[in-house]
Amino acid sequence: MKMLLHYLRPVRWKIARGVSIKFFGSLMELFLPSLLAYLLDTAVPNARADGNLRPIYIYSGLMLLCALLALIGNIAANRMASASTRDAVRIMRRDLFDKTLRLSDARINAFSVPTLEMRLTGDTYNVHRMVGMMQRMGIRAPIMLIGGVVMTAVMEPVLTLILLATLPVIAWVMLSVTHKGVPLYDKLQQKNDDMVRIVRENITGIRVVKALSKTEYEKERFDGINTDVSDAETKAGVTMALTNPVMNILLNSGLTFVILAGAYRVNSGLTQAGTIIAFMSYFTIILNAMMTVTRMFIMCSKGIASANRIAEVLNVDTEAEELAESGSGETREDMLVFENVCFSYNGRGNNLEDVSFSLRKGGTLGIIGATGSGKTTLIKLIMRFYDAGSGKIFVDGRDIKDIPISELRGMFGVALQNDFLYADTVGSNIRFERDIDEAELRSAAERAQAAEFIAERKDGFEDMLTQSGHNLSGGQRQRLLVARALAGDPKILILDDSSSALDYRTDAAMRSAIADMSPRPTTVVVAQRVSSVMNSDIILVLDDGKAIAKGTHSELMQTCEVYAQIAQTQMGGEEDE
Amino acid sequence: MSNMPVKVGRMALGEKEPVSLKRQAQVLVRLWKYLARFKGTLILALLMTVISNLLALVGPRLSGEAIDAMVGVGNVQFNKVFVYCGLMLGFYLFSALFSYFLNIMMIRLGKKVAKDMRKDLFDHLMELPVGYFDRYQVGDIINRISYDIDTINTSLSTDFVQICTSVITVVGSLAMMVAISPILVLVFAVTIPLSMWVTKYRATRVRPLFRKRSEKLGELNGYVEEILSGQKTVKAYGREEQMSRRFAVRNDESVNAYYEAEYQGSIGGPSVMFINNLSLSLISALGTILYFNNMITLGDISSFVLYSRRFSGPINEFANIISELQSATTAAERVFRLMDEAGEVADVENAYSLTDVKGRVEMDRVSFGYDEHRTILHNLSLTAEPGSVVAIVGPTGAGKTTIINLLMRFYDVADGEIKIDGHPIKQLTRQSLRAAYSMVLQDTWLFGGTIRDNIAYGREDATNEEIVAAAKAAHIHGFIEQLPEGYDTVLTDDGINISKGQKQLLTIARAMLSKAPMLILDEATSNVDSRTEIIIQDAMRRLMQDKTCFVIAHRLSTVRTADNILVLRDGDIVEQGTHTQLMQKNGFYRQIYDAQFE
Repeated sequence: MKMLLHYLRPVRWKIARGVSIKFFGSLMELFLPSLLAYLLDTAVPNARADGNLRPIYIYSGLMLLCALLALIGNIAANRMASASTRDAVRIMRRDLFDKTLRLSDARINAFSVPTLEMRLTGDTYNVHRMVGMMQRMGIRAPIMLIGGVVMTAVMEPVLTLILLATLPVIAWVMLSVTHKGVPLYDKLQQKNDDMVRIVRENITGIRVVKALSKTEYEKERFDGINTDVSDAETKAGVTMALTNPVMNILLNSGLTFVILAGAYRVNSGLTQAGTIIAFMSYFTIILNAMMTVTRMFIMCSKGIASANRIAEVLNVDTEAEELAESGSGETREDMLVFENVCFSYNGRGNNLEDVSFSLRKGGTLGIIGATGSGKTTLIKLIMRFYDAGSGKIFVDGRDIKDIPISELRGMFGVALQNDFLYADTVGSNIRFERDIDEAELRSAAERAQAAEFIAERKDGFEDMLTQSGHNLSGGQRQRLLVARALAGDPKILILDDSSSALDYRTDAAMRSAIADMSPRPTTVVVAQRVSSVMNSDIILVLDDGKAIAKGTHSELMQTCEVYAQIAQTQMGGEEDE
Repeated sequence: MSNMPVKVGRMALGEKEPVSLKRQAQVLVRLWKYLARFKGTLILALLMTVISNLLALVGPRLSGEAIDAMVGVGNVQFNKVFVYCGLMLGFYLFSALFSYFLNIMMIRLGKKVAKDMRKDLFDHLMELPVGYFDRYQVGDIINRISYDIDTINTSLSTDFVQICTSVITVVGSLAMMVAISPILVLVFAVTIPLSMWVTKYRATRVRPLFRKRSEKLGELNGYVEEILSGQKTVKAYGREEQMSRRFAVRNDESVNAYYEAEYQGSIGGPSVMFINNLSLSLISALGTILYFNNMITLGDISSFVLYSRRFSGPINEFANIISELQSATTAAERVFRLMDEAGEVADVENAYSLTDVKGRVEMDRVSFGYDEHRTILHNLSLTAEPGSVVAIVGPTGAGKTTIINLLMRFYDVADGEIKIDGHPIKQLTRQSLRAAYSMVLQDTWLFGGTIRDNIAYGREDATNEEIVAAAKAAHIHGFIEQLPEGYDTVLTDDGINISKGQKQLLTIARAMLSKAPMLILDEATSNVDSRTEIIIQDAMRRLMQDKTCFVIAHRLSTVRTADNILVLRDGDIVEQGTHTQLMQKNGFYRQIYDAQFE
């Protein structure tokens, strides 16, 4: 809530203006039935008595005027509400996005990417709707409700009691039906997700399903979930279907009692028939307002839940999480140095243990090891997504903690595992919003072996990629990512499993093109293939967070059994040393 | 809630394709066929709608009578008031009851129809050739089966009743009003044209804006999804500022589209209220004059006001109902179009069912292309003897996977013939043909079930021992045992952490269980890390034993021992022979082989 108020503050005068107009417009509407009562109970009998029709015309005219003013006021207020909501949400969503981009890696994992996505899209949308709705209906409905009750109380205090008796019942019915209905819809949503999952499974696995002749089995499996969905839908629908008939009964029986009680009042001369007619109009207005108010509560609780989820992200203090410059001031000769580095994500059990190496400028470090052995963790430490638990890291000769983050990150060209492309031109995907000229762009694509397939695309570098680059093959995507890493002359090049989808020839061509660069970037290559790392100056064999061996290819072939075995299986060991 | 972004994007997508009137009529006829199964229910529903609405219509009239019975101080005819009020209560109660049961009936009907449609659609989906799924996006198909059918369902359960109700209410209340005072009805000469204008305004000016709003929101969602998936890279390159700026542009577009739609749309609600108020004012003014001249009673005015509200309700909602109906037919059209996709060509008459397969596979001058204009395989011939290993190598896009597609008859050859044990595969039942193969593919496929079910998929008769043995052979048994639920662990998207490599080992275990005489390995160990690959080498060798094997691999070490290596380049076999022969030949194979040592 505090977060919402913060964003609404800049537009508070706009909101105030809109709300006042809305208030005025709603009042106009409220006057209508009482004008009608006056017409029927006072103006007409008077006219009958003195033959003067003017009051009738005046009051009818007044009714028209009120209706017109209500129209103008409401439209103007609604438009103002839309504008102020837009201004508030625009800034809120932008701030949220900025904050999200700056969240630390650990934070992102704690939130998880899908929920962050949901907060930026679904939740901001809900808040947008809620804020708009509150300004439009949130003002009108209470005014109609309270104003209506006041008007009727002035006009006919006794009949008002009937009205007031109905209101809590309506609120109770609405709330209890929703209370029962919402969990049912949640359940329906789950069943629906299950169904979608089964369909998705079948589509993606259609080859397996068909190969194993399991179509009948799959049909049955779908039939089961289909029935579940259908049952859940029916249950939820039937529960919610109760609302309208119950509301109608309440409204109409209330009206009946008004007439009944009214009859006594008329009989004792306490009220007039025209008043009862007007009263019935108010009755409808008030009950509708009551329903709106209840519905608003439901909407609001949804909107507030969304707002809270947004606030949760916005409240993260990224400044404090920003890794400070707190280095030792020490320096080293080599470009990239790890000295007894240990690291753990959760403080329990090291994900990296006592890793040391030293890589000269322009040299290549190869990292090989099984899934989960700590390869990607090591890379995250080099880029300082995390600080090492113990030990020291030196980049470009300086203690990594002495280098401002922006300067540090400016040194790298990276192609990460499962990295991303976005819906824009091929060229902008390589440029990645950096200042890179045409010649650089082309040579990067050339070296990454991407030039050829880019040239084959309809518009070359200007060709549009679809979302996440889905219109490229796996190998093409990897080559574009490497091109991105190469463009901009990085001091340090990091390739995390970024040639796994390439055939050996292309992979080899890419490696030799990178080796020919001058000045040659210091390179860190993570790979499954021995052939991708075998020419490195140092090869690190990681196993369960520990560097079990370190050396050149030929050294490791002699000293490291695991490495030699991997090389043997992959290349047949026929190689002449 | 998780579905929301999909839905938003989807709406924009669907409405781009207008449906012709003739097509719409066909769609309605087909929809009717689904409904016609519930003819009895429909007739009953119609009857109940009529009764419930007629009952509700009497109410205002009765209240008018009651008011007229209040003649003046001390003169109220209480007996009349009681009777009318009692009647009112009764009528309203019955009307509400009827409408409740009607609602429930229609909801049940709608769900049944939806269920039938989903079943038909899914069953048909399973009969479609594999090629269909290669061509169309998963998301689109899923949207049809969930979102589109949902739209139809909602429309069936509400629109039908709503249309009936509207017609009855409009006609009924008009009749009542005419009966009360034909002169007062003239008021509608002013208000109806106004309503129509508002309706038209909404349809032509406002709806496109709302569509645009959905589109822009969909774009924004897409952008967020993309960028967040690459947040690390953005940070690595320090491009936060630039990405924020890009986002700001889309954000502005999105909130502006929202604003535009709301700005124009904000006329709607107040206008409807205004028209209601206007008619109230006009009825009051005109009614007072009539009352003044003793042409009508106070009760008449009261009933008339109530009827006028009922009358204008459906007229204001008319546009909404029409647009809902339209989106329902559009959705139905999309569903039916998918149902009309041709299924796999049926097996030939008296198709032969393969038994006791030896595993001799011949491809005889086979040509094939995914679309007619681009042939991928040209005149390709090969023979695989029973128990031999055929390796297929070549650069990406050379047509390796295509051969597999043809062998399994996921696609049919354009020219030439494929034979198994001398039988042309087109003469075989698909089921027996496919049952003769087991396979491990690059894209591992597991479904949301227990690990046990996933391994035994394709062989329900497998015993527990067999399953465990297969898992052990694939070196995944240890991992499974570590899981809290062991073999009964349910695999879900967001559940336990299982790596790509482990998934592939599970599919290898699945293949180990199979008794098929032929085996296809398409990059079967691409996701398994190097060390595990060494460990399962033995198992793979055993898996391949005595089977005719087709192996596709990037890692040439895997294919070195093959009996026959086919080197594919642009759809042609450019070289073929054993590893030693090909190395001696010093051709294309040698080139790719050497590349891995460069």
